[in-house]
Amino acid sequence: MTTTTTAQDQIRDTVSKNDVVLFMKGTKTVPQCGFSSRVAGVLNFMGVEFSDVNVLADADIRQGIKDFSDWPTIPQLYVKGEFVGGCDIVTEMTLSGELDQLFADKGIAFNKEAADQIRAANE
Amino acid sequence: MAMEAQDIEALIRESFPKAKITITDLAGDGNHYAAEVIDESFKGMNRVQQQRAVYAALKGKMDGAQGELHALALTTKAPE
Repeated sequence: MTTTTTAQDQIRDTVSKNDVVLFMKGTKTVPQCGFSSRVAGVLNFMGVEFSDVNVLADADIRQGIKDFSDWPTIPQLYVKGEFVGGCDIVTEMTLSGELDQLFADKGIAFNKEAADQIRAANE
Repeated sequence: MAMEAQDIEALIRESFPKAKITITDLAGDGNHYAAEVIDESFKGMNRVQQQRAVYAALKGKMDGAQGELHALALTTKAPE
């Protein structure tokens, strides 16, 4: 099943028009998968403004996003149009401080103390 | 259809013959594993590139509604 070009256009449009986009299962307030919930939870806790795209609501997007990034799993985080990673990578970056750095470099507002609290809680 | 730890290791080994591969069964249901892959070829690659290569080695076992492997917690590193 090749994904329709409209899905690819929709995805390209979404990631270019929104600074931070999370393609996830469920929504930021009602995540429906542990991995999606973890990434959405980190972003919520760090006070990061982001656009959530529920891939469960659209099969074309669910397959399309995997083709778009050549990455087989959901969730997928995009910052300023660039694919950052899935749950494992975002978790590692949060704990190492690389996510703070990425947000700072890209001019994305986030709550530094909250990020420090996450790291402290995971020592 | 679930997968066994050695199936996963064999698939990864095919693409990374000299890698140090550690598979941990997270839930005993054949569907939730953690895999650590340490390989020379990862030197100079960022995490996304490293993990993309490992997912490619898993040849579609991961994705799709009928993906056999629902969850694979992946850690990749180049040897220190």
